[in-house]
Amino acid sequence: MDKVMSNKKIIALYVMPALLLILAIVYIPIVLTGYYGLNKWNGIGALTFIGLDNYQALIKDQTFWNSAWHSLQLAVFSTLSLVIYLAIAMVLAARIKGANLFRKIYLIPMLLSSVAIAQLWLRIYHPTNGIVNSLLESIGIANPPAWLAEPSLVLFALFIPILWQYAGFYILIYYAALKNIPTSLEEAAKIDGASALQIAWKIKLPLAMEVIKVTIVLAVVGSLKYFDLIFVMTDGGPNGSSEVMASYMYHQAFRAYDFGYGSAIGFFLLVICLVITWVIRKLTATKDSIQYS
Amino acid sequence: MMSGTAGRLEGGAGAGAGAAVTRKFGYSLLYIVLIAVAALQLFPLVWLLFFSLKNNQEVFNLPALSLPMNPHWENYAKVWNVGNINLYFFNSVWITVVATVLTVIFGSLVTYAVTRMKWKGSSFVLGLFMVAMMIPVHSTLIPLFSIFNKVGLTDHPLSLILSYVAFNMPITIMILLGFYYALPREVEEAAVIDGCSVNRMFFRIVFPMTSSVLATTAIINMIYNWNEFIFVNTFISSDAYKTLTVGVQNFIGQYTTDWGAIGATLMISILPILITFLFLSNRIVEGIAAGSVKG
Repeated sequence: MDKVMSNKKIIALYVMPALLLILAIVYIPIVLTGYYGLNKWNGIGALTFIGLDNYQALIKDQTFWNSAWHSLQLAVFSTLSLVIYLAIAMVLAARIKGANLFRKIYLIPMLLSSVAIAQLWLRIYHPTNGIVNSLLESIGIANPPAWLAEPSLVLFALFIPILWQYAGFYILIYYAALKNIPTSLEEAAKIDGASALQIAWKIKLPLAMEVIKVTIVLAVVGSLKYFDLIFVMTDGGPNGSSEVMASYMYHQAFRAYDFGYGSAIGFFLLVICLVITWVIRKLTATKDSIQYS
Repeated sequence: MMSGTAGRLEGGAGAGAGAAVTRKFGYSLLYIVLIAVAALQLFPLVWLLFFSLKNNQEVFNLPALSLPMNPHWENYAKVWNVGNINLYFFNSVWITVVATVLTVIFGSLVTYAVTRMKWKGSSFVLGLFMVAMMIPVHSTLIPLFSIFNKVGLTDHPLSLILSYVAFNMPITIMILLGFYYALPREVEEAAVIDGCSVNRMFFRIVFPMTSSVLATTAIINMIYNWNEFIFVNTFISSDAYKTLTVGVQNFIGQYTTDWGAIGATLMISILPILITFLFLSNRIVEGIAAGSVKG
């Protein structure tokens, strides 16, 4: 048995296709991103090594810091909205009739492409024909704002579809976690006279903590690399007021043809995502092995 | 049933008539909230369906929420041939299918080698796949573009397929892992004793045994591939290879004022996913729950 199951040729044959792909498409590009970031390069001509100049420029680049600030705001928004998702999941997991159906309905937006969602929400926010402003006008608000054209409102306006898109995803994860908690604990607490709120706060929340930590990582890292929806809806505008890190990278590389600088942003994004994942994991580390399936 | 559930929900011990009323009230309130959330999730899509069936005059002159009284189904027929939507649709279909099949096969082979076979470095290799999950796609975009450019794969569907397979590999392996760990070893032992080769064992015994989890991973892969945007937008420039996500984007860029046409195009781009979900929602829910949590 052991001899058959440690046949090196077969192992190599099984592992190689996927391994080579992930090295070529994920890991080598990551190394190259770091390298390109040390160069001046327009994407076509020769690379000119300039050391850390791109990174020095990055530190002084106010537009970059603005985009990082917008990404951070999205991360905070998203993390806060986890509370709402968790509350809804708690209700759904409390053996409520139709919980399955609700859970599925909530999930639908998450299955659609960001482009379709972005194009739909562009119309929802349309200054004159969109549903938001039509509704506002019908309740007597005469001049509702053009949501996506207002620098002070645009980030908030973009956050709503993001909240809408991911609601079902997080509710689903929380629901699965809460369903995994043995009912015996809850029943014992009930016999001791604990109220539903006490059970939620003192039993369910601590037991779901592992998953809550994972979702915080997902929400924060997901927000930091957020791109598609913003790219389609506002393209970072008006006047950079919704530019985020990933869109700034894209604009620098593929619009301004400054691939070296774009790569420096890309590398920064990578480092920040890995560091934040690591920090949140460390801060919240207890045990890592929970099975949800 | 209602009160029984409510009783459990609220704690239950020693409830008087007043408490029962409060519980019922609280219970109804919860339902109202759940239904309101469901309505909010569905409402934008219903509105999309509505304006996909209207002409511009109806969109601009009637209230935004009015029903499409004379549904203009011809909007769909009209956009299908205009602006290459049919071409983009078929590109999406075949690229999605090819990438999904490759991901599922390669992912199964790796998972089998990692979970069932004995070799040094198996946990390191598995780690490589799992860490890749943390890496933002955007950080690889510029080098991928230049690599594909050098080897002549920009504006070639292979650039998309390779990227999709690689970036979906980690989550595919993650969903498969739990299932493979749980497979009983006895079958394999018996097969080995009978002189069965590893290849035969994998393809004839193990692979068919995983068909249910394969279906789940395949569906998750399809949804991701169908909706992918940034790679198509960056790597593909000619219309012949564009997929629906980017095609829709371009189409709308050219016809910004025809809301009915835009609505119909968007509906066409999301219908395959919605229909899949209608029939296979349990698998999709399962797959997302299994695949995402350890992210």
